[in-house]
Amino acid sequence: MNIIDLSEGDPGFLAEVEARSEQKLNTCYQCGNCTAGCPYTFAYDIPVSRIMRLIQAGQRETVLNSKSLWLCASCQSCTTRCPNQIDVARVMDVCRHMARENGCVSERTSKLFVDAFLKSVEEHGRAFELGLMAQYTLKSGRFFDNIAVGPPALMRNKLSFKPHSIQGKDQVARIFERFRKGE
Amino acid sequence: MRIGVFICHCGSNIAGTVDCESVVEIASGFPEVVFATDSMYTCSEPGQDGIISAIHEHNLDGVVVASCTPRMHEPTFRRAVERAGLNRYMFEMANIREHVSWIGKDKEHNTRKSADLVLMAVEKLRRNRPLVAKSFETVKRVLVIGGGVAGIQAALDCADGGIDVVMVERDQSIGGKMAKLDKTFPTIDCSSCVLGPKMVDIAQHDKITLHTCAEIESVSGYVGNFSVTIRRRATYVDWTRCTGCGICTEKCPSKRSPDTFNEFMGTTTSINIPFPQAIPKKAAINPDTCMKLQKGKCGICAKVCPVGCIDYEQQDELINVDVGAIVVATGYDLFDWHKYPQYGEGRYPDVITALQYERLLSASGPTGGHIKRPSDGKEPKNVVFIQCVGSRDRSVDRPYCSGFCCMYTAKQAILTKDHIPDSQSFVFYMDIRAPGKGYDEFTRRAMEEYGAQYVRGRVAMIYPKGDRLIVRGADTLAGTQVEVPADLVVLATGVEAAQGAVKLGETLRVVPDQYGFFVESHPKLKPVETNTAGVYLAGACQGPKDIPTSVGQGSAAAAKALGLLSKAQLESDPAVSKVNLSRCVGCQKCISTCPFGAIKAVTDRFGNLKAEVIETVCQGCGICTVTCPQGAIQLEHFTDNQILAEVNALCPPKMYVNFE
Repeated sequence: MNIIDLSEGDPGFLAEVEARSEQKLNTCYQCGNCTAGCPYTFAYDIPVSRIMRLIQAGQRETVLNSKSLWLCASCQSCTTRCPNQIDVARVMDVCRHMARENGCVSERTSKLFVDAFLKSVEEHGRAFELGLMAQYTLKSGRFFDNIAVGPPALMRNKLSFKPHSIQGKDQVARIFERFRKGE
Repeated sequence: MRIGVFICHCGSNIAGTVDCESVVEIASGFPEVVFATDSMYTCSEPGQDGIISAIHEHNLDGVVVASCTPRMHEPTFRRAVERAGLNRYMFEMANIREHVSWIGKDKEHNTRKSADLVLMAVEKLRRNRPLVAKSFETVKRVLVIGGGVAGIQAALDCADGGIDVVMVERDQSIGGKMAKLDKTFPTIDCSSCVLGPKMVDIAQHDKITLHTCAEIESVSGYVGNFSVTIRRRATYVDWTRCTGCGICTEKCPSKRSPDTFNEFMGTTTSINIPFPQAIPKKAAINPDTCMKLQKGKCGICAKVCPVGCIDYEQQDELINVDVGAIVVATGYDLFDWHKYPQYGEGRYPDVITALQYERLLSASGPTGGHIKRPSDGKEPKNVVFIQCVGSRDRSVDRPYCSGFCCMYTAKQAILTKDHIPDSQSFVFYMDIRAPGKGYDEFTRRAMEEYGAQYVRGRVAMIYPKGDRLIVRGADTLAGTQVEVPADLVVLATGVEAAQGAVKLGETLRVVPDQYGFFVESHPKLKPVETNTAGVYLAGACQGPKDIPTSVGQGSAAAAKALGLLSKAQLESDPAVSKVNLSRCVGCQKCISTCPFGAIKAVTDRFGNLKAEVIETVCQGCGICTVTCPQGAIQLEHFTDNQILAEVNALCPPKMYVNFE
């Protein structure tokens, strides 16, 4: 394990996470309630309570390169259980954004799926499942991932070949536009 | 008038952000100030001697000290001016520490504000007049509210000191929470063996009168002369004749009464003696479940009672008693853990509280001292303890540490191994807090000698699987989730203020904090006093405490009460209301507003109705002075003219008005 020089921590990192998540991370006293309830701890490289500690210690690189950020399902168990009323899921979300901005996405496929999903929503105003699947599969190269799910869903008419249109499609697209302009 | 002003540096506490020399210079120019100086520590012996010698040297007849809060050192300086031959009320204090130097960093502003505060004190002092305290007799009797271990200790110490004691207990028996415990940490000695003899002493001491099933109805009066009304609930048993033989409890056919002594682990008979060592060992009927009282049928207890002491017609009784001091020892209650969804909210019978577990361990408990889990009566093999249930948790408004749960959990882990040698205990903890004598060694023993597995983390979920409960939590040191198949889960529920504490506080004029614990007069130097003179605190009603600390505080409260009542007479504060008879029109508004009943109506020699203040009863609150439409009542030492002089010192008026 690496030795962390605590004096070399990046205090700006803590301040940035605190500001963007609007949470006070110094109230975390490491009880472990978030990790105890987290349904994805089995897959995490760093448990969520340790992510909280590493943010306190200003360990920008370690946190932003963590796989856990991308495996978090945002189920909010951690937020519900936190005795100090920290919105832990939101902190994870903020870190996910920061990792993206810093180009250090450690779970490529998670990011690809999120991107494909958002693109689909932008184009159609809602998710177009088949298009989303096609795009994700092509970009990730994981051609056999959905082989067990796709055909049965198709058979039961759960996947349409044409995207459904919705009212207010343009407004949804405009949200994306406004986001890109940084409004 | 010749006034001396003393500006204190308080080391660097004041001088750090206030230019004390400038304040001295400014103060020298205030009206009637003939002497001004500063000193490093005015409260120290040389500082006080400085005041005394200045009074002699400059022939002063009034002193202003600008330093800390009057709550801290006003009595100190009053004694000093008195030693120099002045009346102690010819002294004023300006608070330039808490109100200035500690709260502002701007030296210029601070200096100006300090000078303003000194000017206010000087202007008030110019209108002060010598006041002399009156002496009054005290009642040599102490009321102890609460019969837990703290109250028992306070009562015994007072009684041994030769003072009469009246003890009031809400439950049927004294003993409190300690009587429910099986063993005590860190010595694992039997709880009822150490407490039992003390309880018997309470019953047998000729100076102690015990009222159980009783609560405080009202309190009036003041230090040395409280008059208290106690409401004793009807027990439907004549206790003067009841011998505690227990035949009625054996024959009672109604067995639906909740067993409060056993923490609701089962039910008990409607007529009941809560436990074998109960003091007083008398039976009482629970009117909610008694068939005779509910439906008029049954009456078996009356038939079997060999002394005929059952009385279904008994009513609540009001008892009046005069006391000189009051010791509040109302203890604590346990946090309601059902607020947490993760522990099952009561769906699983094998999730119990630590105090319930204590009853399972106890030989006088519902299982006769054999650990049998509630669901199927089987002996548990894996016992999981979860700490901090309702402690250190802001989300349920309990951010404080309950202090002793770490220790009793370690004790219960040890006892579990003693009772069931092939059992395994798992303790989920956040931090182990064991700062008492022999305490940390004790928790280490639980781990090292008794093999309790301590897991540093919280529990997020308990779910049933077969006849077991799966406890899922985190092990933050291993950085992973862990699961334990448990037969029994014990929750270390935290401490909260006793039910009804806030209401009792209102009756006694003792302030509870935001969690309902009574606030002491000073967190370090007056830990058992309250801001109401003559009312003292003992035990967990002031904050979470373990047994040795509660006993210590019980003795401390007793020492305070004995000290108070050992004086032949007490002095009253002369800063009380006074009626200007020529102005009083006898409207009696003051009589109806006075919260202390300190004003009475009298007729003067012309037959006119007038108000008169009973000086020893008046607390100097000042409500009457603002109520009086004539301005006929003035609070001595805080007259309208004195307060207005202070206001005028701050904001000079265009026109002066005299209200006297």
